[in-house]
This record gives sequence, structure tokens and C-alpha cells, in this order.
Amino acid sequence: MIGIVSYGTYIPKYRIKVEEIARIWGEDPEAIKSGLGVKEKSVPDLDEDTATMAVEAGREALSRAEILPEKIGAVFVGSESHPYAVKPTATIVGEALGIGNGYFCADLEFACKAATAGMQFCFAMVKAGMIDYGMSIGSDTAQAKPGDALEYTAGAGAAAIVIGKDPIAEIEATVSYTSDTPDFWRRDLQPYPSHGGRFTGAPAYFRHVTSAAKKLMEICGYSEKDFDYAVFHQPNAKFPARVANMLGFKEENIAQGMLVRAIGNTYSASSLLGLCGILDIAKPDQRVLLVSFGSGAGSDAFAIRVTDKILEYPRNAKVWDKANNGVYLDYALYLKHRRMIK
Amino acid sequence: MVPRFWRKIKYRYDVVGSHCENCGSHYYPKREICPRCRRRGKLRDERFPDEGIILSYTVVNGKIIAMIGLNNGAKTLAEVCADKVEIGMKVKKAFRRYGEDGEAGIIYYGTKFVPSG
Amino acid sequence: MKVAVIGVGCTEFGELWDKSFRSIFLEAGIEALNDCGLEGKEIGAIYVGNMSGGKFIDQEHIAALIADHAGLAEFGIPAVRVENADASGGSAFRQAYMAVASGMHEVVIAAGIEKVTDSVDPMGILSTSVDQEWERFVGANLPALYAIIARLYMHKFGTTEEDLARIAVKNHKNAVHNPKAQFRKEIKIEDVLSSEFVAEPLKVLDCAPLSDGASAVILANENTARKLCDTPVFIEACTQASDYLALQCRRDLLTMRAVSKASRDAYRIAKIDPEQIGVAEVHDSFTIAELLAYEDLGFAKKGEGAKLIREGEVEIGGKIPINPSGGLKACGHAVGATGIRQIVELVLQLRGEAGKRQVDAEKALALNVGGTGATAVVTILSR
Ligand SMILES: [Zn+2]
Repeated sequence: MIGIVSYGTYIPKYRIKVEEIARIWGEDPEAIKSGLGVKEKSVPDLDEDTATMAVEAGREALSRAEILPEKIGAVFVGSESHPYAVKPTATIVGEALGIGNGYFCADLEFACKAATAGMQFCFAMVKAGMIDYGMSIGSDTAQAKPGDALEYTAGAGAAAIVIGKDPIAEIEATVSYTSDTPDFWRRDLQPYPSHGGRFTGAPAYFRHVTSAAKKLMEICGYSEKDFDYAVFHQPNAKFPARVANMLGFKEENIAQGMLVRAIGNTYSASSLLGLCGILDIAKPDQRVLLVSFGSGAGSDAFAIRVTDKILEYPRNAKVWDKANNGVYLDYALYLKHRRMIK
Repeated sequence: MVPRFWRKIKYRYDVVGSHCENCGSHYYPKREICPRCRRRGKLRDERFPDEGIILSYTVVNGKIIAMIGLNNGAKTLAEVCADKVEIGMKVKKAFRRYGEDGEAGIIYYGTKFVPSG
Repeated sequence: MKVAVIGVGCTEFGELWDKSFRSIFLEAGIEALNDCGLEGKEIGAIYVGNMSGGKFIDQEHIAALIADHAGLAEFGIPAVRVENADASGGSAFRQAYMAVASGMHEVVIAAGIEKVTDSVDPMGILSTSVDQEWERFVGANLPALYAIIARLYMHKFGTTEEDLARIAVKNHKNAVHNPKAQFRKEIKIEDVLSSEFVAEPLKVLDCAPLSDGASAVILANENTARKLCDTPVFIEACTQASDYLALQCRRDLLTMRAVSKASRDAYRIAKIDPEQIGVAEVHDSFTIAELLAYEDLGFAKKGEGAKLIREGEVEIGGKIPINPSGGLKACGHAVGATGIRQIVELVLQLRGEAGKRQVDAEKALALNVGGTGATAVVTILSR
């Protein structure tokens, strides 16, 4: 049985409210809040970035399961805000975690779904007997151009998933749905991403998420009734709620994973933080549907069944506790934290 | 400066210091020779505890720099990420940026501390 | 072999905008030679204390430069630079002392020089005296490390920021009567307390300035000294000790072990007790450093140093006047020149040539410290 043997999360402590951003641009905060379903977002500290958050999440994952660092055979870090354009983040993580030197390693980029791709790699490598444990981390300090609609949601956070045998949550199956769909991109050397506005909806997010979810259910012979929880990529709170509805899920199936409502869109960490939020409370034999979405575009879908092992797994550092405790910044400090003023 | 930073990565990314298997002393930063045992010393690299207390601190250039007493008796000087600290406060390790070699140079990561509980 | 100081010279300390590195060492050296009536070619060797010609003025090989511009290269007189951060002057003096004491040379010059105001970031350069990899890397400069010591000291012994301020006030008061001093102006406790923080709890007026300056002394063996000079001042002991460079490696942050070891050795060699010292010039790069010096030199018990300043014992006229020159705080801190400048002051005091700041003393002690105390040089002089 192969699946998730441990997980760790990191959410920086700073927040900015939608009201504060709207104040700068003269927009109506209530309209934005109801339009996006987001009231605030997480902001990294001045000395935090994708690598530091990935390390913190990775450390929590290792220490909770008491896995010796040298047992980790692969490290993948998915992000669209790697600190270096050329030079991996994953080597920084591997070194800080004390994994040694004999591990498979790469940075991954597939917009917001790179880390679920990393989970698939780890799953396959464990299954093939290449490694005992693999770690996939989604970490992002999402960039947004000041004044762009993305600015209200582009948050920061990280989630680390360790894949191995004898898991707390079995990965029963995983599939992907991929097409070349330019809904959101960032050209080389450009500081901020561009997006296709409403084009990011139906042909991109909804098509890929629903297609991947349906394909997974078909392979497994499951329907939405077989899942206790569902978690989707969360560019805002509206898209995942709508896609849940399209697939037949109710608010009670998705609420526990909707971290976006508290901290905004954490990009590569988004769907994984949601999954961790669910694992924080899930009971043995409950089943979770995880569907990520990466612009460009693709979705990775997973059927995850919680095992008895979760009862002896320490679930003290809960994701929602981290999400609900923040220190608010004004817009000027926010710009400083995002290194837009120096 | 790149090779100079690179050589210290293991010791800065986590608090890895020296433990003398002969006399039991812990040293940070790492030492090649145990000052107590001299030639009889047996120094090994060791990952030091995650937690410690603030022995003293200052605020300089807007940053809190503290002398931290680790739970194994060694001391380490590090930045503390907090709005306010006091002597005796419990802190734990945090992986953070210490600086960068300009816009185009390498990023210097290292261990800072944050209040623990 | 007994060794004496027979000539002393010193430039004014301060921001000497119109004077170059090359002009200030000549000024100090010529004053010292004139002081004992030497021409220069009698000199056997030159020892120059200088912390960082390379960083302050982008010039290394400064001992040769000095020999050259002093006209002494003509005679092939050997010159060497000694570096021990801001204890460079004291260490150069000790090298010079050993050269004469060993019988190698009859007469030598010990000089100290620093030209800091030609550089953009003098405090950054001075802070290269601390551990670059483990202290500077994390954002600590020299004031920050002394501030960490000060905070812990106050926490442990109940000493206050006001006590530290009194040290600066006393040194400013002394400097008024020192024509070579950078700040010849009295300050009040409130001035210190209301000055801006450099590194909490240390404020601008707790810190010595960084100054330009040069100083020079001529050392000779007893025979030569008695021939050339009516008022030789004898070196009873000149000791030096080391401590761990980084603060985190020291077991006790509140004792400068190098200071206590060097001074204990010096008292033993000079066969005296701390109580017999009549005047001292100590390394008050920060007010907390002077407070620690009271204790580590044996003038007060650990934790009780503040009593000396509160009760006026370290003022001119007190039991043990400390820093009658104004110290580093008010006379100025020309880094590599400071250790020699302290000797110049004590020689003037022992000769009775210190004017309005004159104290009555038979024996004098100088303490020159490098960085946060990894190097300490202690010299005991007598009439
Ligand atoms: Zn030992």
C-alpha cells in the first residue's frame, strides 16, 4: 500500500485584507469579497521566500512522522516563484533537511499543479522500488502586479507531502488531464504573470478539473458519493465551489479544504494545503478527492483513502490554526514585504 | 564569496556544530580541535537542538540579534524574527534568508529563530 | 633588560580632513624623536600598529611606506606592521618592547596610525574585527556585540543605562583639558541617555568615535635611556592574552578573560597589586567596555564596577583615575593608533607633564583591547 506517510505545512504569519488593497485602488471591497469569496491573503516576511517556506513545511513533515532525513530518496519542489530562475530550490531544501547527497531531485514548474505532479513522480518511484520515501513540496510566494485583480488573492504558503509505504492515507489512483491552453502565463524575465481574464474559467480551470475528476472516478469505479471530502485548486473561493457543485459535491465536502477563504491563493501549495486541512481531521476509511489545476493547462486527480495509521499520527500543528492566526499589514508594508519597494 | 558561503551551508542551514565524544562538550560553530581535550578530543558533526532561550539581545539596523543558549549548552548568535523579545524567552529554529549578494548574486540562507509557544 | 619609553608624540585625534595618512605619521614620529632629541638613524627598528590600511585607504605594506616617508629607508631600517584590530597599537608596543628587552635593538620606535575618514564605512571596517562568518553574517557589527554584553550585564547586576552614561560624561570632562582630544566638550547624563540608539541599549554617546590619528613612542634599553633622557618611564610589564574570537564561544560573556589574564600576568611580572596602580588608560570603545575593564583589571569585584563611577573613584582626583586623556570616547579612537596614544598619555602623566588633567601617580596601566576582547594588551609603566 503506497500513499501519504506524512505531511507538513507552512503559512507565513502576515496578512493583508481585501479592504486595504481596495483602498489603494479605489475599488469596492465588498464587491470584491463577494466576487472572489476571499477576505484576506497571507504575505511572507521580508526574509521568507519559496525556499524558506518549503524547508519549514518539509521539516514539519519529517519530524511528525519521525522519518530520518537520509531515508528520503527524492525531493521535488513545485513552484512558480522559485527564488532563482536557474538554480534549484529543491537542493536548498534537501540540504536544509539534511537528506545527504544520494537523492533524486528537481524543481518542477507547471503553474499551480507542479507539486501534485511531484506527488505522482514520488508515487511511481516508490511503486517501482526506486526509493523508500519521496517528498513533494508545493511552495509559492505568488506574484501579482499592483492593481491587477490577482493582487487580492496571490498569497504565500507551502505544503510538503511525503510518499511511501504503510501510509496514513493511501493513494488508490491518480490520473492527469492535460492540454495546451494558455490561460495564465509569465514570460521569461517578466516580473508578473499575465492572464486571459474570463478565459481562465470554462476552457481552462473547469474543463481540466472536471475532466480529470471524472476520468479518475471512471477508472476507480467511484462516484462523488464515494468521497467524504473533495479538494480542488483554489485560485479564489468561487471556482472550487462551482466545480464542486458541477461534480455533485456539497459545501460540507469541501469546506475543510477551503484554505483560500483565509489566506488566498497559495498557487503550488493551494490544493495541497487544502488536502492537509482535511487530513488534519479525517478518520480512517474516509476518502478524499484531490484535484489540482495548473494553468497552461492540466489537472492531476487523486483518490486518497485514509488508513488506521492516521490514529497514531500526531496531528497537532493544524493548518487552520496557522491560517487563522495572522498579523495584518498595511499596503505600504505589504509592498515592502513583497520586495516591490526596497 | 560564493565558495566561502558554500563551505558553511551545512552548518548554517541547520545548526550543525561539533560534539566532543571525549569530554561531551558541544561547540557552535563547528571546531576542528576540542579546546578542552586538545589531541584526545573526538569531534563529530552533530545537529543541535531545535530550541533554546534568549540569553541576551540587541536591536541593530532594525533587526533583533540575540545570543541564544541552545538546550545542549552551546550558544549561537542569530537573528530573531519577532516584534519584541526578552531575556529568557524560548525560541526555536527557523529557516530564513540572511541576505543576498546584490540583485544578481546568490541568496544567503541560514538559521534564524522565532518565538516558540 | 629594563626598557624605558624616552620619547612620545601624538597628533590631534579627530576628523583630520586636510591631513593624509602620510602626513599624520610624520607628525607623530617627528614629535617623538624631538621629544628625546634623536635624529632618526639611531633607530634599530620600526613597529607600526595599524588595523586596516588595506580597507581604510587601500594601502598595504604601510610599514615600508612609513620607513620611506620618514626618510628612514635611506638607512635600511627594518619596519613591520602589527595587526590586532584596535589592539594593533598595544601589540606593536609589545613587539617593540620585546625587541629591546631581548637585546636585539637598543632603540626602536613603536607607532600606531589609522586614517579612517577617507573611507565610506569606517564602522563596517572596524567590525571586520569580529567573526565575519558567524557574527557579521547574522547581522551583528561591533556595537551590536557590545550591546549584547551590556544588556546581559545590566540584567544580571542591575546596573543601569545611567551608570554607563556616567562613564561617557567623565571621559568627556577629562578630554576638555587634553589639547589632542577630539571632543573637548562636557556632556550631561541626559545627553547620553537621549542620544540615538546605535545598538540597543547602547546609544551614540556610549560609543567612541572613529578618528584619524597617529602616535609614536621611542623605546630604549636602560643605559641608552639614561644617556638620552632625564625622565625615562620604565616598562614594568607588557603582557598580552587571547580569548575566543566569537562571543558565542565564550563561557562567560561578562568577563573579558583576555583582559583578566593579561592583567594578572602583568601584576605578577611587575610585582604589584591592582591597588598600587595610580592611573589607567583603558579601552572604552563602548562605555560597557570601560565598566568591564574596572572589574577585569581588578579595580572592582565582578558586578560592582558601577560603584567606582557612581562614587567618583575613577575621576581625576579619585582613588584610581581612569582615562584622564578622555579615553577612546572623548580623546578619539584612531583604531591602530589608540594603544600607543594610551602610552603617550601615561608617560606624560608619570613625567608630570599632563597639565590641567595631571594626576598624582607612581605607576600607570594601559589596557588596549581588540574587537570584543579576543586580544588584550596590558602595559604597566613606572617613573
Ligand atoms: Zn573534548
